[in-house]
Amino acid sequence: MIELDRVGKRYPASQGGEGHDALKSVTLSIDSGEFAVITGHSGAGKSTLLKLIAGIELPTSGTVRVNDQDLAGSRRALPFIRRRIGLIFQDHKLLYDRTVFDNVQLPLDITGFPPREAARRVRAALDKVGLLSRERERPVTLSGGEQQRLCIARAIVHRPSLLLADEPTANLDMEYAQDIVEILRSFHQVGVTVVVSTHDLVSLRAAHPRVIALSHGMLARENAP
Amino acid sequence: MKAWFNQHRRALAVTAGRAARAPFAHLFQVLVIGVAILLPLLLHLAVQNLQRLGGTAQADARIALYLAPEATGKDADGIAARLKAHAQVAGYRFVSREEAIKDLRRIHDIADLVDALPKNPLPDAFIVRARSTDPGEIDALRREAAQWPKVALVQLDSTWAARLDAGLRLARALAAGLAALLAVALLAIAFNTIGLQVANRREEIEVCRLIGATHGFIRRPFLYAGTLQGAAGGLIACALAALCVIWVNRQLPGLAALYGTELVVQPMPLQDVLAVTGFAALLGWLGAWLAVSRHLWRDGPG
Ligand SMILES: Nc1ncnc2c1ncn2[C@@H]1O[C@H](COP(=O)(O)OP(=O)(O)OP(=O)(O)O)[C@@H](O)[C@H]1O
Ligand SMILES: [Mg+2]
Repeated sequence: MIELDRVGKRYPASQGGEGHDALKSVTLSIDSGEFAVITGHSGAGKSTLLKLIAGIELPTSGTVRVNDQDLAGSRRALPFIRRRIGLIFQDHKLLYDRTVFDNVQLPLDITGFPPREAARRVRAALDKVGLLSRERERPVTLSGGEQQRLCIARAIVHRPSLLLADEPTANLDMEYAQDIVEILRSFHQVGVTVVVSTHDLVSLRAAHPRVIALSHGMLARENAP
Repeated sequence: MKAWFNQHRRALAVTAGRAARAPFAHLFQVLVIGVAILLPLLLHLAVQNLQRLGGTAQADARIALYLAPEATGKDADGIAARLKAHAQVAGYRFVSREEAIKDLRRIHDIADLVDALPKNPLPDAFIVRARSTDPGEIDALRREAAQWPKVALVQLDSTWAARLDAGLRLARALAAGLAALLAVALLAIAFNTIGLQVANRREEIEVCRLIGATHGFIRRPFLYAGTLQGAAGGLIACALAALCVIWVNRQLPGLAALYGTELVVQPMPLQDVLAVTGFAALLGWLGAWLAVSRHLWRDGPG
């Protein structure tokens, strides 16, 4: 499902200079239906790796293929590729001037979903993450863990086959983190491919994931589950 | 097809929602546009109406042929025959010297004065209506008639019509220039206001792109906003122009009585209203498109 072939990513330096290699020649593949965790120290390149898979960033060398499609070769197709992916961002990227309901509805709006069916799906997604009773509220009124669950609802409302989550358990108490992991696992169990990045392997251990470790932009070690 | 419809419906709803959340800001924006359009529009209306007035004035342009005092009835018949045969003459009327003096006496203030005259000083005359309204052709007719035998004087009372015509030409050029400037201004207004809206919604735009929105999806609500804003401005300008016409017509009867004619300023025809509104809407759309595109092109891939 996901294939990276000698992928390198260099961010341009802000003022002249060499730039910074966030990833160096990473080769790996993730199969359909896997639960993979990308770990590594801060700055190791975890977020960068997820962004490359989502087509938010393009590699400076090597190729990224998702569902046999080369992301760099199809810029016009990028929006449509992203629609088949559920994305959970490290910094949430919620719209704070919209209600919880509207935030979750956004991916369906983008695809031009009929409103009645969309509302039904939004409620189902909110129910899944336990936020159905808060649909009329604004995201600011939610706790950190609840906002994270809201991000999950938005990521899965359009039923993607691939779910990418960047640090979904960061800054959460053990208990809340466990909640999140449970929700991710439940999607994995119905066949969704899940790729998660984290510092915090402990709370994810229950999911028995495949662990991909990054260090300074390179693959460090890999443990199959 | 259905998805397309849903997306447009949603974009309209989003646009309406944004306007509803800041009604006064949007209202003033539209008013600014409306007033900007109003100025050249009024000039255009004035030109149109004066032109109509000028048209009737020129159609009425009369040429008076005064015969020499010694001219006989036979001479008059000869001139009548020439007029009848002339291609440029639409019609003519013979006014004998007796008739003329009777007319003069009718202005009763000077009736005594007329009676005191030893003999009728007025000549026989023909009042000729020209077929053409073109000042040049009328003048050619005047010069030709002046050469006819026993014609003492040919008078043309259309000089003011010619002046009006020149003035109208100037005003029309001015209106066109103003309209061109206005088009640039409207484009700038739309580019700026929609650009501000885009800047206010950077985050939303970014999130939408991240989760798979196409450029079209992101543009759509802004394009609706620009188009509707322009159209609303155009309609407001037309409404204000209509109010001006009503007001001017209220003031006119006094003026009209002075000239003994019936003066009414015609309102704008519906097709002009549609043209103005459509033009403003188009410029709003274009300004919005440029504003969003600038933002989209500045930011990274996809
Ligand atoms: N947009 C960018 N421009 C320049 N440098 C960047 C950019 N994004 C990331 N980097 C750099 O690339 C490196 C990898 O960043 P990345 O965000 O992938 O790390 P990470 O493993 O997700 O770290 P964290 O655990 O702190 O989230 C870092 O050194 C970072 O400074
Ligand atoms: Mg990160």
